[in-house]
Amino acid sequence: MPVDCAFQTKIERVSILDEHGVFDEQLGEGLIPDADVVKLYRHMTLCRHFDEIAFKLQRSGRMGTYPENRGQEATSLGAAYALEDEDWLVTCYRENAGLFWRGVDPEKILLHWMGDERGNDIPVKATPLAIPIGTQMLHATGLAWASKYRGDGGIACTFFGDGATSEGDFHEAMNFAANLDLPVVFVCQNNSWAISVPTRIQCSAPTIAQRGLAYGMHSVQVDGNDIFAMVKVVRDAAARARTENRPTFIEAVTYRLGDHTTADDARRYREQDEVDAWKGRDPLLRLRNWLEHRDLWDENQEQAQRAENEATVSAIVKRAEGIEPPTTDDIFKWMYADTPPVLEAQRRTMRTSSLGQGIDGSGS
Amino acid sequence: MANLTLVQAINLALAQEMEKDDRVLLLGEDVGANGGVFRVTEGLHERFGGDRVVDTPLAESGIIGTAIGLAMGGLRPVPEIQFEGFLGPAYDQLCTHAGRMRSRTRGGLTVPMTVRVPVGGGIHAPELHSDSPEAIYSHNPGIKVVMPSSPYDAKGLLISAIRDPDPVIFFEPKRIYRAFREEVPEAEYTVPIGEARVVREGSDMTVISWGATVLQCMNAIEESGRDIELIDLRTINPLDMDTVATSVRKTGRAVIVHEAPMTCGVGAELSARIMEQCFLHLEAPVQRVTGFDTLMPYYKLELEYLPDAERIGKAIAETASY
Repeated sequence: MPVDCAFQTKIERVSILDEHGVFDEQLGEGLIPDADVVKLYRHMTLCRHFDEIAFKLQRSGRMGTYPENRGQEATSLGAAYALEDEDWLVTCYRENAGLFWRGVDPEKILLHWMGDERGNDIPVKATPLAIPIGTQMLHATGLAWASKYRGDGGIACTFFGDGATSEGDFHEAMNFAANLDLPVVFVCQNNSWAISVPTRIQCSAPTIAQRGLAYGMHSVQVDGNDIFAMVKVVRDAAARARTENRPTFIEAVTYRLGDHTTADDARRYREQDEVDAWKGRDPLLRLRNWLEHRDLWDENQEQAQRAENEATVSAIVKRAEGIEPPTTDDIFKWMYADTPPVLEAQRRTMRTSSLGQGIDGSGS
Repeated sequence: MANLTLVQAINLALAQEMEKDDRVLLLGEDVGANGGVFRVTEGLHERFGGDRVVDTPLAESGIIGTAIGLAMGGLRPVPEIQFEGFLGPAYDQLCTHAGRMRSRTRGGLTVPMTVRVPVGGGIHAPELHSDSPEAIYSHNPGIKVVMPSSPYDAKGLLISAIRDPDPVIFFEPKRIYRAFREEVPEAEYTVPIGEARVVREGSDMTVISWGATVLQCMNAIEESGRDIELIDLRTINPLDMDTVATSVRKTGRAVIVHEAPMTCGVGAELSARIMEQCFLHLEAPVQRVTGFDTLMPYYKLELEYLPDAERIGKAIAETASY
């Protein structure tokens, strides 16, 4: 008795500009106008420089813990480029490139890591950096649901790492989005490491993308260091979300070239050979070569861009460090729309109790 | 004006707010065609359709997490968690996101969400269907916690909760879902969050409670024959200490009654604040009549666990004669 096949599929892997500089003309030609490719490259160099300076700020004691983005710039940038300003970006904390492209002031990101909540007040359709792992995908699902409910045409795109795909909330978000037909784009940045734990401990299947199939959604693997491929898969996913209200799961294969954060030392758990191999797949290097081969970029422009980035980031740092420190009122004033009396008394007195009477002055 | 049970009053509040504001939508397990396992949402799916009364996958964190997204996206979601014992999986979403979003974005993103949760014991339900976790959520800043004890308050408080710009957990004492009826105005009205209610005035002692035990307190007070003031907290967070302290300064004696375990319960907070604010007026130590510091037992012993008129009566007698 033959066993019938109940379901069979495959996971496609999309690559347009590979690590050897080979460009898939059929998929890639006309995908992004040349002028925009130049802009995207320039933006990536700015983000890379910002990253280097942020790292130095932490090392010199001017900023708290910071998670380097180095090596992953193409992933969130390609997605942000492919989306509309009305679409929600729901990030974790390694998506500076996408957030800056959307219009988040880099000063805000520095403020966040400098221990100042004002860094989370960003007047664009993006949620603030999510510190707990894997919880924000549910918010993206809800935001997409709100857009669908109101019929405003918006969608939500959420980012998370390979480690986050082990969290229950990840699975709940995928299940809600698929079963309630919600316009969500899930972008897993598989960067090989969740701090010190390799992807194999999070997922023993050949691809993380398979997880999306289990929820009945279109799933694809993509070279996350290839900005062309990122733009293509996110554009396709956004179209699917907008026209069919169907979610997509994208596994973007990239690599965390830096430590998890400045509090981490990756030399404790991974081989330098592996890091060196991935340095050869750097998204910036790859794009610069492509531009130079097409005479869209040269060393002079590179030098000029470097100088511009230095001036830009220096001004950003100056603004972030120059901002007046928050007052203690700020601890209390944003907890509720209407501050309850006990909180108001705590704010006024900066005490929680005083002998013989309530701190609001009412007493025995 | 109609004579309604607590379940009917909540259903009426939901229907009226949904009628008035199309940003209001209900989501949860079995809230749709089934009308909820307690029938709180009965008829609403038929009346408002599947887009506004949504049966979700069976996942509490998913329900609350997506409701947070709905709320940040400009809607007024009213998620239901079927029983308080299953609120645990959503704890992370409630406390690490819902309660923090306004503050961490300096008001940029807010979560106007009302989480409805049946709460408490006394209905012979299975394990984890009878707990009282109000203290756990009141300890977390940024979340308001409400628990009505009457149909009138239930309607008015729920309307306030849905209109509140911040997340509210609306605990519904399932023991009194259908225990009694009360005149509830058909017209819309609100009962403000953060205001306790003096259920009956008195001068000898203050008894403070909330939820289903308010009824037990009333029975105990009537049996005692004493002139006792009964306060129904109605809102657990933020606490209305003005009403409590004014009463205790007048009576000099206080008994606090709740179903949840004693240790770190809301009674502990109330007792500490009474001590701070009413010290020179106190004629007796504050007494607590609460659930024991044990697991909520299976239902063969639940009535022994829950504070009843007899235990409350003992505390009243002791406190009165101290």
